[in-house]
Amino acid sequence: MFPTDEPDPTLLRGLSRRRLGRRDALRLGGMSAMGAFLAACGVQGQGKPSASVAPDAVAKYWAGKVQNNKLDFANWPLYMDPSKPELAKFTAKTGIQVKYDEVIQEMGPWFAKVQPQLAAGQSIGYDLMVITNSIQFGQFRDAGFLAPLDHSKLTNYAANAAKSYAATSYDPGNVYTVPWASGITGIAYDPDKVGRKITKLADLWDPAFKGKVGMFRDPQELGNFGLLAAGITPAGSGEADWTAAAAKLKEQKDAGIVRQYYDQSYVDALGKGEVWITQAWSGDIFQKNVSDGTNFEFVIPEEGGTIWTDNMAIPITAANPVDAIMMMDFFYEVENAATLAEYINYVCPVPAAQAVIKEHAAAATGEDKEYLTSVADSPLVFPAEADYSKLHYYVEFDTPQKQQAFTKTFEPIVLG
Amino acid sequence: MTRNRVLHAYTWILISWLVLPILVMIAFGFNDPRGRYNQTWQGFTLKWYGQLFAVPDLTDALIASLVVAVLSSLIAAVLGTGIGYALGRYRFRGAGVTNLIMFAAISSPELVMGASLLGFFVSMGVAPGGITLTIAHVMFSISFVATVVRARVVSLDRSIEEAAADLGATAWTTFWKVTFPILLPAVFSGLLLAFALSIDDFVITNFTAGNVQTFPLWIWGSTRVGLPPQVNVMGTLIFAVGVLIAVIVNLRSRRSKA
Amino acid sequence: MRRILAPYLLVLPGGLWLLLFFVVPMATMLSLSLQEGDIINGYVFTGHWQTYVESIQGYQTQLIRSLVYGAITSLILIVLSFPVAYWIAFYGGRRKPTYLFLILLPFFVSFVLRTISWRMILTDDGVLLHPLKEAGLLPESFHLLGTPVAVIGGLVYNFLPFMVLPIYVALERIDPRVVEAARDLYASPLTAFRRVILPLSLPGVFAGVLMTFVPASSDYVNAELLGGTGTTMIGQVIQSKFLTSSDYPSASALAFTLMTVLLIGVFAYARALGTDDVMKVAAR
Repeated sequence: MFPTDEPDPTLLRGLSRRRLGRRDALRLGGMSAMGAFLAACGVQGQGKPSASVAPDAVAKYWAGKVQNNKLDFANWPLYMDPSKPELAKFTAKTGIQVKYDEVIQEMGPWFAKVQPQLAAGQSIGYDLMVITNSIQFGQFRDAGFLAPLDHSKLTNYAANAAKSYAATSYDPGNVYTVPWASGITGIAYDPDKVGRKITKLADLWDPAFKGKVGMFRDPQELGNFGLLAAGITPAGSGEADWTAAAAKLKEQKDAGIVRQYYDQSYVDALGKGEVWITQAWSGDIFQKNVSDGTNFEFVIPEEGGTIWTDNMAIPITAANPVDAIMMMDFFYEVENAATLAEYINYVCPVPAAQAVIKEHAAAATGEDKEYLTSVADSPLVFPAEADYSKLHYYVEFDTPQKQQAFTKTFEPIVLG
Repeated sequence: MTRNRVLHAYTWILISWLVLPILVMIAFGFNDPRGRYNQTWQGFTLKWYGQLFAVPDLTDALIASLVVAVLSSLIAAVLGTGIGYALGRYRFRGAGVTNLIMFAAISSPELVMGASLLGFFVSMGVAPGGITLTIAHVMFSISFVATVVRARVVSLDRSIEEAAADLGATAWTTFWKVTFPILLPAVFSGLLLAFALSIDDFVITNFTAGNVQTFPLWIWGSTRVGLPPQVNVMGTLIFAVGVLIAVIVNLRSRRSKA
Repeated sequence: MRRILAPYLLVLPGGLWLLLFFVVPMATMLSLSLQEGDIINGYVFTGHWQTYVESIQGYQTQLIRSLVYGAITSLILIVLSFPVAYWIAFYGGRRKPTYLFLILLPFFVSFVLRTISWRMILTDDGVLLHPLKEAGLLPESFHLLGTPVAVIGGLVYNFLPFMVLPIYVALERIDPRVVEAARDLYASPLTAFRRVILPLSLPGVFAGVLMTFVPASSDYVNAELLGGTGTTMIGQVIQSKFLTSSDYPSASALAFTLMTVLLIGVFAYARALGTDDVMKVAAR
């Protein structure tokens, strides 16, 4: 039933409807299993790997593919130490030259940008990209735009990744992707400007911060905070809930409280003092403080925050897929996962990295020691079970119509 | 007299206002920011001029911009000169339609042109990229070149050509030896205009470039995550070169008139 | 025979280019606006005109706001530009080219870059507002960015030369002897200005409006970089629907609506003024 013997991406695309049906069933399965909400989650779930793509689809894709010693890597900003030590190490080890571009700032524009190339069966200029488990993840997957992964080439992943990642609802069995990092959407603020401790979502609605509040532009991120603020759990919410959340968000906007709906640029706006309090991604604020000496705070609001996973994927038209999958596996070497987490401060998909960071801390002195210890103990990098009680997953859609309805509910707020 | 002085002062105030953001841009090319955000003044440095090409993506984007500008302005110069010459020289059926389309192409919102091109390319199954980008730039440049050339052709003194013909030159020889050299400055200014339009274009480029990054697109993308000072330096250098070329062209044309 | 064919051969390559990459895409866009579907499975032409109704109803605020911003921008530009064009045309003397060159200076800096420069100047804790806030003249939360003032200010800045130049061209063509004649006939300076200079300058003003209103009301760069949540312009909606949500039908419908409104406006405007001059000066 799965399209197994069509290497032609256009054909894959034509078959996407059929695939959609099958995936929907899987996702529904994931949702029903979510009674305890951790079951379907990206980080803590305890599910068994679901059926993967038919083995000969993998074989077909990878047949004849060889290492070309070059790799074009598309990633988000603030997702690697700017001096790129890991990439240098990778090149030294494999001889593969890496071109690393921070070209992804939001999922919608990224998908819209590469979709025409992928649909035409052309290379998008990148062999590896990092995509969030948002609405566009499903579009990438269902359109047949992602290469099925050859897990025989992912030995470090098999050995070191947190097992829960194989049970995600968006890519069960890691057929197409492996995680880069997970992150938490919460609130960041400038304590000097705000002048008090921020603890809850309601603070984003406080008229005292009129014109100084930043919200995200992505419908999932915005919608989820609207839902949480309205006291609704995102998982399992329906159209009536979304309308209520949209009304709550519209009220915030009409009162002139929201300065702007941001993509990755919210960090810049916070740095410039254009916003004082904003929706934010956990690791960014940390890096901003490190790189610019600022003192911004990041909190997970009392009402809850969201957790998401960014995943490495190989576009089906990639020119250098072998090099790309080697890079995927490279970041699952414990040492590399550790150094990456030390810098970016996002949730690390390799649990063993915690011990390595502690070793690094033990070997370091002074400020470095203090810093590395704090990373190893940070709930934002290695969350404990209890930390998850406040975190919610993105809204899941069992049909494309529901996903469109969700987007149509929140898009007019951003574009108003 | 006092009125003149008020107006004179006002003119200078307006010019200062026009120049202010340029000065800010130049100044921040000399700034020495701590982190990746070049937004407050933190000290004078010349190091960005030394590290002008230290941001490879930015350099690539600048090169892409230059390549597209050179290609598209050359093509547009050839195609636009044809139209401009025909419209200025001949009366023919279809001249009105040609004029109308050119006027529409000049006055249509860039946004609509870019969007319609994207829709067109995607409908045709053509992925946007360097080629579609160049096609688009040629498209919006043709009308400008044609307009400039037409103005020159219209003001051309026909008696010179007639004299050449009287002296036994063929139509072909007359064109190449007499008409073309007279038109050349107009063709050249059309080409320069097309080059300038292309290298600065953002809106149409944003729709038709696919994954190609041009200089303005790269800047646009980077504003979201902090603009490196090299952008200011390159902006400053482009500004300086542009001004220099303009001054030289201006001086030469004045000298040739004198 | 060759002479008859010559103009067609000359026009053909460029004309075909414009036909294929300007006229045909516009037709494609019209067709796209009447299609239904989604980005994954493709769009099919169904003649679904309701998309127009839905999009216009959903985004009429932004459409009207854009036209209003465009109109305000053009008005401010006339007021700002006229005195300058007047002074350069009549009192610029030998320095005329130099003054015009100074007016054109911003064009030597990339459009995006000079708008970003404004952003740096106007930012909440920037060179302009920070000292005023320090001095206690403005409240800490005061901001210019994100307001209509910033957006319209940016539009005015970016399109100013397009207004100064046509007015200058029109004024420059006025024969000084006409003005002298008026004075000789005992017209006061004000009357001479009102009855002679102003009417003769109008084609320039009209051309200036034509050259600024259309790009200003369809702009999205200024609104995106300098605006906030209450200043969204239709260009941003169209851009976002094309380049973020890949919602080609409603994006095309909005773009087509904008284009129609603007073109009807432009032609009605040119018609009402009953003048070829507008086109002529615009073409300059």
